[in-house]
Amino acid sequence: MMTRTLSKVTTVPAGLSSGRKAKNAFMSALITLGTIIVVAPLIWIFVYLLAQGIGALSLDFFTKVPAPEGETGGGWLNAISGSLIMLLIAGVVGVVVGVSGGVFLAEFPRHRLMPTIRMVSDVLSGIPAIVVGLVVYSLVVLTTKHFSGFAGGLALGLLMIPIVVRTTEEVLKLVPVAVREAGLALGLPQWRVIVSVVLPAATSGIVTGVMLALARVAGEAAPLLFTAFGNNLLNLDPSKPMSALPLQIFIGATSSYDINQNQAKAGSLVLIVLIFLASLAARAATRQKR
Amino acid sequence: MTTRLTLPKRPLPNSKGDGVFRTVIIGLSLVIIAVFLLSVYLLGRDSIPALQQFGLSFLSQTVWNPVTKQFGAASLIAGTLITSFVALLISVPLALASAIFVAEYAPKWLANPVSYLVELLAAVPSVVYGLWALFALKPLIQKFQLFLYTSNPDLVTQCSTLRGEGRNSVACFFMPEAPVGLGLMLAIIILTIMILPYTASVARDVIRLVPSDQREAMYALGATKWEVIRGAILPFARAGITGGIILALGRALGETLAVAMVIGNVPEFASNIWGSTATMASMIALQFGDAQEALHRSSIITLGLLLFFVSVIVNYSARLIIARLTPQGIK
Repeated sequence: MMTRTLSKVTTVPAGLSSGRKAKNAFMSALITLGTIIVVAPLIWIFVYLLAQGIGALSLDFFTKVPAPEGETGGGWLNAISGSLIMLLIAGVVGVVVGVSGGVFLAEFPRHRLMPTIRMVSDVLSGIPAIVVGLVVYSLVVLTTKHFSGFAGGLALGLLMIPIVVRTTEEVLKLVPVAVREAGLALGLPQWRVIVSVVLPAATSGIVTGVMLALARVAGEAAPLLFTAFGNNLLNLDPSKPMSALPLQIFIGATSSYDINQNQAKAGSLVLIVLIFLASLAARAATRQKR
Repeated sequence: MTTRLTLPKRPLPNSKGDGVFRTVIIGLSLVIIAVFLLSVYLLGRDSIPALQQFGLSFLSQTVWNPVTKQFGAASLIAGTLITSFVALLISVPLALASAIFVAEYAPKWLANPVSYLVELLAAVPSVVYGLWALFALKPLIQKFQLFLYTSNPDLVTQCSTLRGEGRNSVACFFMPEAPVGLGLMLAIIILTIMILPYTASVARDVIRLVPSDQREAMYALGATKWEVIRGAILPFARAGITGGIILALGRALGETLAVAMVIGNVPEFASNIWGSTATMASMIALQFGDAQEALHRSSIITLGLLLFFVSVIVNYSARLIIARLTPQGIK
């Protein structure tokens, strides 16, 4: 028995069996192929927009409002200004509520409301943007009886809150406890420690989180459909209907006029370049910090 | 001099400031809960007319017709579930492959750019995906459909007679009715691409958290790289990956404009993989603006309420699974 096994072993060549080797190589190839398939669409989209969109980009695109339906010329000043104004409103809502929520979760971990607020915030982050649009429609548009930039900005702000809460909480937890204790040992009340010691130490991280949140909602068109509604004229008054880049892209892409479709491609190019730059900047900021 | 020293100018700890600060912070944090409750209240209130009219048959009725005032969401629910689950089925292996590649195979100079590209994929707005699908993918699909048409002329006639009689067959299930490009297939493709980064980035993070002694122990037993991934890494990262998959499912269920732009938006069951259908989210996006009539409006808001609850449940269970199944020590 013993000798048999021994003699058998000596006949098997050293190292892995060819079957296992082949399987290993096959899976490596499959994994690499899968990765290429994952990354390819991004490159394809970017190259496509660059090739198709750059032709419609001109100075007019940034300085004029859309030409009447079916006519050539015109630009997207209404959408660019609308996006900026609504992002500003969204930023205020998102930062005020989001940072407060993050401070609450990180600095009052033993409060009895803490688990509920963390759970609700996490759950809110998964609510589809279109549903948030419906809620803000009921809340603002039905009450004021008209579409407005305020409503659009609020919808985007609500979408920002969970993202800002999460990043603020994580960043605040990175501030060492010793720093807090040092502040308290100097006789500072807790609020002074949080406002003058902890928050300044975490500022760059919070700014990164806010930038990422802004970049994320800057591309949302679904919640603006029934809140900001869109506007072909230049409008800087947030109590009136407003356009936004993603909204204008949606309208342009589904339009049957070539000029609108081309401008939608140019608008998409502008939008994703802005979003990529914002997330690159945010990423660079965190890397520096580390 | 001495009196000035004994009288501190600075407020003592536990001063009024703490109370005020605490109240402000808690007050603002309660806004988060208020938003949640307000959403439930407003969506619930506005969907009462439709729920009173249709009751639970709203979920099972298949006719969605604003003209005859019949609203049943069955075909929309089916559209949402089919697109989401098929997209998930295709995207999970791809996402896992890219996560394993980044965490286990790629050298650092390659891993960082690749994982950054995957993250950018999540940053591309929905409308841009929709636009790309409409202008770049649709013509390709049309070409392919035309190819199916011209290469199987007999099947085309056979399918059109079958469809005329309201029947279907396996072969016809893969045969387009007309080379229009838009429809279920394109929606699934675009949805697959859109949810890839969610699973991929969560999976990558948990795979990186797998302790290296797990890997080393398996290598020491003479395992190949694939066997290590299969036997040590994937089981260990199981919880996180499952959570990531469920989060991606949540995204897919609520994805709106990209799908609305390419699915055709017809509130009927698709009779083949190319057919036009609609999802709950695409229906909200494309009909709510034009819905003048109260019952129509209310029915659409009921779809919103349904989506709201589904996404709450999906997200909550994802967090629960991540928290429960995560092995101690890598939390």
